[in-house]
Amino acid sequence: MSEAVLSVRDLVTSFPIGDRRVPVVDAVSLAVAPREVLALVGESGCGKSVTAHSILRLVPRPGRIDAGSIRLAGRDVLALPVKEMREVRGRVAAMIFQEPMTSLNPVQTVGDQVVEAIRLHERLSRRAARARAAELFESVRIPDPHERIDAFPHQLSGGLKQRVMIAMALALRPQLLIADEPTTALDVTIQAQILELLRELQREFATAILLITHDLGIVNELADRIFVMYAGKIVEEGGREDVLARPRHPYTQGLLRSIPSLARRDEPLAEIPGVVPPPAAWPAGCRFSTRCPRVIERCHGEMPEMTSLSERQRARCWVVADEVGR
Amino acid sequence: MVAYVVRRLAWGVVTVLGVLLLLFALFFLYASPEQMARRAVGEKAPPDALQQWIENHGYDKPKVWNPEDPLDTLLFEHYRRMLTFDFGRSDADDSPILDQIRERAVPSLTLTVPLFVIGLVLGIVLSLFVAFFRETYIDRAGIVLAVLGMSVSILLYIIGGQFLIGKLLRWFPISGFDPNPVLIGRFMALPWVVGLLSGVGGDVRFYRTVFVEETGRDYVRTARAKGCGDGRIMARHVLPNSMIPVLTRVVVAIPFLFIGSLLLESFFGIPGLGSMTVDAIQGNDFSTLRVMVFIGALLFILGQIATDVSYTLVDPRVRLE
Amino acid sequence: MQNVVVVALLLGAFLTFRMARRNDLWRGAGRELRRRRPLALAVVLVFVVLALLDSISWIGGGSAEDEGNALARHKPRSVIDRLFPADFRERSYSAPLADVEFYGGAPLLHPRSHLLGTDILGRDVLHLTLKGARIALLIGGFTSLIVIPLALLLGISAGYYGGRIDDAVFFLISVLASIPSLLLLIALIMALGRGPVQVCIAMGVTSWVGFCRVVRGESFKLRELDYVQAARALGVSEPRIVWRHVLPNLMHLVVITFVLLFSGLVLSEAILAWLGIGIDGSWGQMIDQARDELSRDPIIWWNLAAASVALFGLILAVNFVGDAVRDVLDPRTLREDR
Repeated sequence: MSEAVLSVRDLVTSFPIGDRRVPVVDAVSLAVAPREVLALVGESGCGKSVTAHSILRLVPRPGRIDAGSIRLAGRDVLALPVKEMREVRGRVAAMIFQEPMTSLNPVQTVGDQVVEAIRLHERLSRRAARARAAELFESVRIPDPHERIDAFPHQLSGGLKQRVMIAMALALRPQLLIADEPTTALDVTIQAQILELLRELQREFATAILLITHDLGIVNELADRIFVMYAGKIVEEGGREDVLARPRHPYTQGLLRSIPSLARRDEPLAEIPGVVPPPAAWPAGCRFSTRCPRVIERCHGEMPEMTSLSERQRARCWVVADEVGR
Repeated sequence: MVAYVVRRLAWGVVTVLGVLLLLFALFFLYASPEQMARRAVGEKAPPDALQQWIENHGYDKPKVWNPEDPLDTLLFEHYRRMLTFDFGRSDADDSPILDQIRERAVPSLTLTVPLFVIGLVLGIVLSLFVAFFRETYIDRAGIVLAVLGMSVSILLYIIGGQFLIGKLLRWFPISGFDPNPVLIGRFMALPWVVGLLSGVGGDVRFYRTVFVEETGRDYVRTARAKGCGDGRIMARHVLPNSMIPVLTRVVVAIPFLFIGSLLLESFFGIPGLGSMTVDAIQGNDFSTLRVMVFIGALLFILGQIATDVSYTLVDPRVRLE
Repeated sequence: MQNVVVVALLLGAFLTFRMARRNDLWRGAGRELRRRRPLALAVVLVFVVLALLDSISWIGGGSAEDEGNALARHKPRSVIDRLFPADFRERSYSAPLADVEFYGGAPLLHPRSHLLGTDILGRDVLHLTLKGARIALLIGGFTSLIVIPLALLLGISAGYYGGRIDDAVFFLISVLASIPSLLLLIALIMALGRGPVQVCIAMGVTSWVGFCRVVRGESFKLRELDYVQAARALGVSEPRIVWRHVLPNLMHLVVITFVLLFSGLVLSEAILAWLGIGIDGSWGQMIDQARDELSRDPIIWWNLAAASVALFGLILAVNFVGDAVRDVLDPRTLREDR
């Protein structure tokens, strides 16, 4: 089996809250195989975005990566000097962000921004780089690519801007594309188009994708494997089928149950009682214990370990551990 | 865009009319023609001489309203002369004001233009540097220094500067001016240093805030994710996007370079337009004063329009209609 | 009369603090401020106390030593004044803690009791410096009390109501802004007179434009906010909307502006003092009078030093507090729950 494109082990990233440092990413481990799509799912505030930012060492101050290891295409990211890290960014792994509206430089043409991405890593003349940018615009299905090259971001719609972001990210054919909520800020119809685009490009460019999202619908469309995150920890992981059809962790079960369904339209909407605790107020033991319908005594005192349910599926829960034990 | 400029100019004309009115009202609130005559001719002058002076200078007319001839008032004269750029003569010494302006413009510009340019470059470079290192010790030290610099009254900079460099170290003369291009530097050095020191604190404080705000934006994060180095980010991404607030502050100052610095010129004995204005105020020289204010207002309005136009040059999203 | 004003001010301040305490946002902001710049806040407080102490004055009382002194019996003396003997003057200059006059060496009337020396008129420099605090706070505080309500009134009217009112206000702003402020200031003072109140009014007139522009811009934005439009749709009267929705949203700007304006005003007065039209007794005036003392030989430094340190100390502290206030009350930090 070929080596994983991305291998994250026990990553801890902390932020100062009040006068303590809180690990908003608390010993997270995941691995993405070449050409695989891995979805990292969770609600706002669970730490999934910070995880993504940590991979390219983009965590904004005062955040800080405290522990763990990150290996990208065999290189130890956390040990790289800044200069080499800059080479990694964009070339080995690239990232696209949630808000296309503000993620592009407003005073530069979109073409110039893609050209910059190219020329940061390859010695090409401006002309050649521009030609490459036009090709990329075609690949991401931007209509009239040769005119659009000279457009400014404010002249483009949200969907087009996101396509530009994708073009910029794939310009150097990175092995991994980190997509942080790529469709959240877009209209529903545009969302579908962008997802479609991502799926095609993933095949065409043979890229692996780490997809960060809170939307289980998208996950169903794109993902090969799913990691579910809650309050800084991975609580369940497995293949798409397994996690979506046979979730084992009470949180995942709650999430899937709360999706409105036509089949159950006469029933009241199911919901997970309570709210996600803020990092400053995480309960001791399992962090889902305060809202879990299947909570037992042990959950309040001890943080559960991961229990293997099959070759690929694991869940972090004492109740599940007991079930498997039997 | 042309329509916009024309409209702004029209508005500017209305504003200038208002300025002239305000000036007229203010001045004649506190100075009467008799006082002005006395200052010009002499305290002990006989009433006839005073009356003569008043008549010569046209101050014997009614101020606002003349039932015999509505146009024969000081107010009307005031407007007529200013709007036709007929500046006339100074009340203090009868010298033609236009000539005075021509003579004194050079010293003023020699003071203000280099000061402005160096101050601008220095301010921006320092601020970029400090903003780049935001939240670190360099940044914190920079802010503290900037606030310290801002908190010292310019008077103290002047007194301190004159004392230290003029008296103790004797590097430069403490006041005066010499139009000889070779010697200019010597006389300008101290005013330049004082002007720079007193201004750099406030500038850095302002620019830093703008730069830091831009540095936190999403597109900077994108640039970093592409592999941009920090230097490139500051110069190619942050600075161009910061131009609007920077220009707002900078372009408006340019027209006033012509008027010179009232304070620095008075303190350092530089015979420029600024010191002329201060003299006019203290000497109740209405003729000169109104010319200076009029020019100042005109330049200000031009500066505003220039600022708006400059926005279109730096930000493609701005459109003037 | 002045004592009544002081008491009224204190009462007003107390009530404002009570009101602010009840609001979570302001309470949190206050706490943040105390956490970030405790030293600067303390320094400002010291100056405020000095100013208050110098504002409360009455006739009579005092020590037995002053009994025979005509001054002590008929002139109102403030708390600060009473820290010093009633007739504390010398004939002219004397160095700090000296027992002889600076020029001539004649023995002083109060040897070794002038901690910071005496000035050209023989007045105790420490006494003058302490009294300067009141003037400084008068300049900053009283003028701001003119500027802020005026700017709010005109700015909100222009921004919120728009139309003709906006045109009129904008015209006024343009006219005033076009005149170099120093010129306007001097012209106003010469026209109005040189008393402290007039100087403050003149400074107020030249300082309200900047804040007014900001208020006007913000009012434009606030008018379009969803909940303001909702209130209008529900039929809430306009003044009530302004009072309950627009004004509270401008408060953070008011606080920031007040603090930042304060130091600017005090520094402006120093310049006016140099031009001869400042307020009597201000540190700026002390600096102006001490201007050529440095060129004497041997130099006389204590007058200038005392006034400079006091001025610098207050302005620095206010600027630091102002910076912290701006950071704390930034609408972005107010909205996030960091």
